[in-house]
Amino acid sequence: MSTIKEFLVRVDAYAATSGQSISTLSRKLLNDGKGIARLKSGGQCTLKTLNTAFTRLDKFENEFFGKNNLNMSHLERLEAEAIHIMREVVAQCENPVMLYSVGKDSSVMLHLAVKAFYPSRPPFPLMHVDTTWKFKEMIKFRDRRAKEVGMELIVHINPDGLAKNIGPFTHGSAIHTDIMKTQALKQALNKYHFDAAFGGARRDEEKSRAKERILSFRSAQHRWDAKNQRPELWDIYNTRVNKGESIRAFPLSNWTELDIWQYIYRENIEIPDLYLSKKRPVVEKDGVLILVDDDRMPIGPDDIIKEKMVRFRTLGCYPLTGAVESKADTLLDVIQEMLLTTTSERQGRIIDLDSDASMEQKKEEGYF
Amino acid sequence: MSYRDDLIETDISAYLNAQENKSFLRFITCGSVDDGKSTLIGRLLYDSKLIYEDQLVSIKKESKKSGTQGDAVDLALLVDGLAAEREQGITIDVAYQFFSTNKRKFIVADTPGHVQYTRNMATGASTSDVAVLLIDARYGVQEQSRRHAYIVSLLGVKQVVVAINKMDLIDFDQSIFNTIEVNFRKFAKNLGFSDITFIPISALEGDNVITLSDRSRWYKGPSLLHFLEHVDVEKNTLELPFRFPVQWVNRPNLDFRGFSGTIASGVINLGDSIIVSSSGKRSNVKEIVTHAGNLKTAREGMAITLTLKDQIDISRGDIISSGNSPMAQADQFQAHILWMNEKELFPGRQYLLKTANNTVLASVSNLKYKIDINDFSEVAVKTLALNEIGVATLVLSAPIAFDAYSDNRKTGSLIIIDRQTNETVGVGMLDFALRRASNVVWQELEVNKLIRAKQKNQNPALLWFTGLSGSGKSTIANLLEKRLLDLNRHTYILDGDNLRHGLNRDLGFTKVDRVENIRRVSEVASLMVDAGLITIASFISPYKAERQMARNLLGDKFFIEIFINTPLDVAESRDVKGLYAKARAGEIKNFTGIDSEYENPENPEIEIDTTKVSANQASEIILSYLKDNGYLSGYNL
Repeated sequence: MSTIKEFLVRVDAYAATSGQSISTLSRKLLNDGKGIARLKSGGQCTLKTLNTAFTRLDKFENEFFGKNNLNMSHLERLEAEAIHIMREVVAQCENPVMLYSVGKDSSVMLHLAVKAFYPSRPPFPLMHVDTTWKFKEMIKFRDRRAKEVGMELIVHINPDGLAKNIGPFTHGSAIHTDIMKTQALKQALNKYHFDAAFGGARRDEEKSRAKERILSFRSAQHRWDAKNQRPELWDIYNTRVNKGESIRAFPLSNWTELDIWQYIYRENIEIPDLYLSKKRPVVEKDGVLILVDDDRMPIGPDDIIKEKMVRFRTLGCYPLTGAVESKADTLLDVIQEMLLTTTSERQGRIIDLDSDASMEQKKEEGYF
Repeated sequence: MSYRDDLIETDISAYLNAQENKSFLRFITCGSVDDGKSTLIGRLLYDSKLIYEDQLVSIKKESKKSGTQGDAVDLALLVDGLAAEREQGITIDVAYQFFSTNKRKFIVADTPGHVQYTRNMATGASTSDVAVLLIDARYGVQEQSRRHAYIVSLLGVKQVVVAINKMDLIDFDQSIFNTIEVNFRKFAKNLGFSDITFIPISALEGDNVITLSDRSRWYKGPSLLHFLEHVDVEKNTLELPFRFPVQWVNRPNLDFRGFSGTIASGVINLGDSIIVSSSGKRSNVKEIVTHAGNLKTAREGMAITLTLKDQIDISRGDIISSGNSPMAQADQFQAHILWMNEKELFPGRQYLLKTANNTVLASVSNLKYKIDINDFSEVAVKTLALNEIGVATLVLSAPIAFDAYSDNRKTGSLIIIDRQTNETVGVGMLDFALRRASNVVWQELEVNKLIRAKQKNQNPALLWFTGLSGSGKSTIANLLEKRLLDLNRHTYILDGDNLRHGLNRDLGFTKVDRVENIRRVSEVASLMVDAGLITIASFISPYKAERQMARNLLGDKFFIEIFINTPLDVAESRDVKGLYAKARAGEIKNFTGIDSEYENPENPEIEIDTTKVSANQASEIILSYLKDNGYLSGYNL
């Protein structure tokens, strides 16, 4: 009796992984398309038939799982694709750079870069466009990681913005983002004459991203022309640019947020603690919880600083990045919460709440 | 985002472990403007609960403003991205959407149905393994459907699902479904699809999309999602010969020299013999290096770094292949070209041609015809405009290693780049190599010996090996043939083994029979040389007169006599096949050297003294002779 049960369990498992229907398997194992269905509903068969069926099942399983050792999971496919893209850019561009924003996507991208060129070190520098308003913890994490992987780290701050003391509290998020981020990035790319820059953007983040190429061309003014993108077929990437023009390369284009988290989990990739919940001092501004990261934060008479269990779903400038209340203080808890949550990732980010098509507009203007 | 699974709440690590082994499928959806593609994808996302609440709120809001479904949620709004197209209500570029189930992760290329956007569909199809073609059940197979089927077949997609949509509007009428299937199969017969599956669906209402519908009980096949979850697309690329385009030479220090790239097809194991295009050099795999540790085996799709047992010069642009299946190389091709730029193609102008890992200058020398994708007819043209597909001759500034696109999508594809603007202006799929004489102007040519030879990039000849039994003729001939094969030459060996068993089965070893044997060999060899092959004949051929007869038949230019000179005592002492012993014992009559004479050649083109040189050296001597005398054009060692 129990052998029939064991047989059925194995058949179900094999059917699920091999993708064959129960009736097909039934025919192959018992020479009878309905045999397994009958056994399932309590039917019996001779010991001889069952033994033959077991022998056949063994053979199928061996064949399948033998071949299966060579199967590539979706994460392995995504990893290989990203590595291919990085190698392609490095082999063909004169002066590539990796834009490192310290977030989880950047962490994954850095990890992939280390893998792509192993045993060599990634043959390009990391660059962080610092708005001076990033979480302090991000800066510490950034400096430590760059040192650990042994890559050069370029930090660029827009000197004009710095001189004018541009900040989100005084100038508003739009002006701050434009000057300290968009303009700063253009300055940095021009200053170092980079002809290719890796970025961690993903197509699933936002609708207009879904149409962006993996290698996305930027004019000498760093503009993106959505209607006039280079066709991108197979995995042949056109990296050619004229002087002053450049390429943004997005090796994570085809990853989803879940892929990123799963990969971080699988590869044990280090990410800043800010993603994990702990007691942090926050103030509620317009319904958004803002971390009191330093004393530049204006605390009005009505603002009350509260210690709350919070974490961040994206990392950026602390005044522009809303915290979420959460008990998730381990990576697994964070992933679990992400999977159970019903609002999408960008909700926490303040820039694109204005209008539905705002991201597209920003990109045309040169925002990464 | 994925199917909601109870495990997420109860045991998150078990859930993640289970999700790790998901497989991967890329597919393309295509159909006419109103066939409901975006609605279908929206439906797949919606029904597999992949839509966040805020997204849903946002599209509900927009559905009222610009949707086409009255008060119901317009699922197409989930998919249509750019601002302009949201207003026009159509998709105008390729958009990639992602969703996953417990079995697979999917990437969907959503491509437009408008005539002028052929290029976008080709883009989406180039990376897809499956195409989902939407047909409006009310209108059946339209011109557009034919066009889309043609484009996906041109791009090498072998598995097609025909989703017959809006079945709800025709009350799930089975006879209409069947008629569409018959019509589609009829015209798709010659498109090279390995598998076509027909599914009756309603994207709007969800019938047969995720689960089977009660409204079409007559339908016994899988739901669309079930099909996509289970279709096997891996088998083919694993069974193809190993191809590894070298992307980047990995040289961290003087002790390590690795070749980094992604395996384009096939499987490689430690120790496997490999051959490098373009040099033709051979070696064996020493290590398969990855950051996670060295592997014993690697397969198509993996990004790895190979090290080899021998020091060979390899750089980006080279392709490492399995030693058993070297790649062909050529600098002239017939290719299908799809033009992708508003500026038309200029035949004769130099463009940059980029393959998997190589970039060379190239021009279109002869535009044979354009394919009218409405009726697949061939139209003579002078140029190709945006979205037009043609068949043309490509002339490259340097030879490249390649496979036909129909055999291998990775090593048979190329993009065409404008040298001034650097834009990707066209793409090509290689059909086969051509090689035409440089002094021939464009005119219809009769197929003759010369043309056949040029096509093979060689000058054919008969290499006549003569010498005593056991002198080493066959050994040297076989080595030579392997070397020629490495250099992508076309060869054939005629010897006693393959002729005496068939064509010459009726002949013995008397003088008369020996003469007739050689006469037949000469005639067969002459036909092979005429076919353009470098032909190797390996026969004792003891009589001067018969060898002269062969020479006269072929002409001096095509006849190379190679005397494998081994003294009788040496040959007899080797006695590989034990024939001399038998002859001495009288068991074999008329054995050359024992009781039948051998007449030494007086002026052979090549004489090999096997007491002085090894078989390997001998084959190199012969190869050098061929090279020096122009039998191997484009010879590159």
